[in-house]
Amino acid sequence: MTIREMAKELGCELVQDEFEDAELSGGYTSDLLSDVMAHARAGEALITIQAHKNTVAVASLANLPAIVACNSRPIPPDMIEAAREEGIAILRTKETQYQVSGHLFALFATSTDRAI
Amino acid sequence: MAEDTTIPLSTDDSPSVVLELIYRLKIKDVMSTALISAKRTDTLRHIQGLMRENYITGMPVAEDGRLVGVVSIDDIVTALDKGYIDDTAERRMTRNVIVLEDDMPLSFAISYLNKFRYGRYPVLNRNRELVGILTSKDVIKTLLVEMNREVLRLERNQLNGTAETQTPLNASSELEFKTVKFDFEGAGHGSMEIKKALKKLNLDPKLIRRIAVASYELEINQVVHSYGGTLRCDILPDRVVITAKDAGPGIENVELALQEGWSTANEWIRSLGFGAGMGLSNTKRVSDDFFIESTVGSGTSVRSVIRIGADASPPKEAGS
Repeated sequence: MTIREMAKELGCELVQDEFEDAELSGGYTSDLLSDVMAHARAGEALITIQAHKNTVAVASLANLPAIVACNSRPIPPDMIEAAREEGIAILRTKETQYQVSGHLFALFATSTDRAI
Repeated sequence: MAEDTTIPLSTDDSPSVVLELIYRLKIKDVMSTALISAKRTDTLRHIQGLMRENYITGMPVAEDGRLVGVVSIDDIVTALDKGYIDDTAERRMTRNVIVLEDDMPLSFAISYLNKFRYGRYPVLNRNRELVGILTSKDVIKTLLVEMNREVLRLERNQLNGTAETQTPLNASSELEFKTVKFDFEGAGHGSMEIKKALKKLNLDPKLIRRIAVASYELEINQVVHSYGGTLRCDILPDRVVITAKDAGPGIENVELALQEGWSTANEWIRSLGFGAGMGLSNTKRVSDDFFIESTVGSGTSVRSVIRIGADASPPKEAGS
């Protein structure tokens, strides 16, 4: 599943859509940036409510090509700008981290051989 | 609220002199400490009287030094309109109050004022005790005084012909970055630059990831905990060395600080996703060699060494 396919499946708004539509390997859900740094694996989508510039820094450093901002968190302009520079997708949804994680988990379980 | 309390100042895109000011000044430097507060049992009529006498438009309600609510002029007007002005504060006050903490940088007050459109913010200290109150007037007053002082300093420098000039970058300083206390906007910049430089060298992505973890955690540590410092990256043929040095205040118990989950970060730092107590332990985990030296009062110096090339250690389980 690519980032755009994920956006479509989840019904997310694409807040930052200048990116290479990479194949995702899964997702990682956390609001603690150190935890993301330590445990997220390259190619996963970051599911979080932390919507600020540093989320982009962490995604970039950990090679996470997409950020899914949950709970309709407002995305500050400087975050969008930073993500554009790094080519990281930002998706926004009304759903909670739990709901998004559940959807993604199910999607990965059926669409690819790599679920988690 | 009718009054416009916004402050027309960008907290991330202003001249650097102004940015430095709003990150250096703390809420406690700006707030009013001459605090007039009401008790739960005071009537709204009594509070209205206090507001009139003191020319204020909102009042915290406190008990044993702790904030329990706020009564605003809007609440008073509504009470007069609906005929319950003789009710106690306890029955009618706003309980869900947005507060500031006294050691937050001033930049937070500015973004709160612009984001929430409330006129006043009670200020709590580390022990959650009510220690002051902050309005846009306090912010503007302090900023004007400080900006005048800065402008005067700059004018003097210009007259003396000693205007600060940028030191040209040379090869060895290229991968050295300054961090500023509480500058969360700029935090991460150094690590991203270091990562870009390593990518150009075609290093194994797993090694780059480990180096990125070390540099980012050390950079964020300086922003969260230190008075500011430097982050440096030296790329040698067989290893990459990340060195983080700060100007204090130093770590009291290094052993504790290295324990995962142990953190001195306060609530608002945690709300940004930092301060989980994983910084130093993450850094140590990804390092082949890890050194830390800290003296209370003078500062902390951390060095993380990651071997590259033929000497690189096999990939570790997590973070790879």
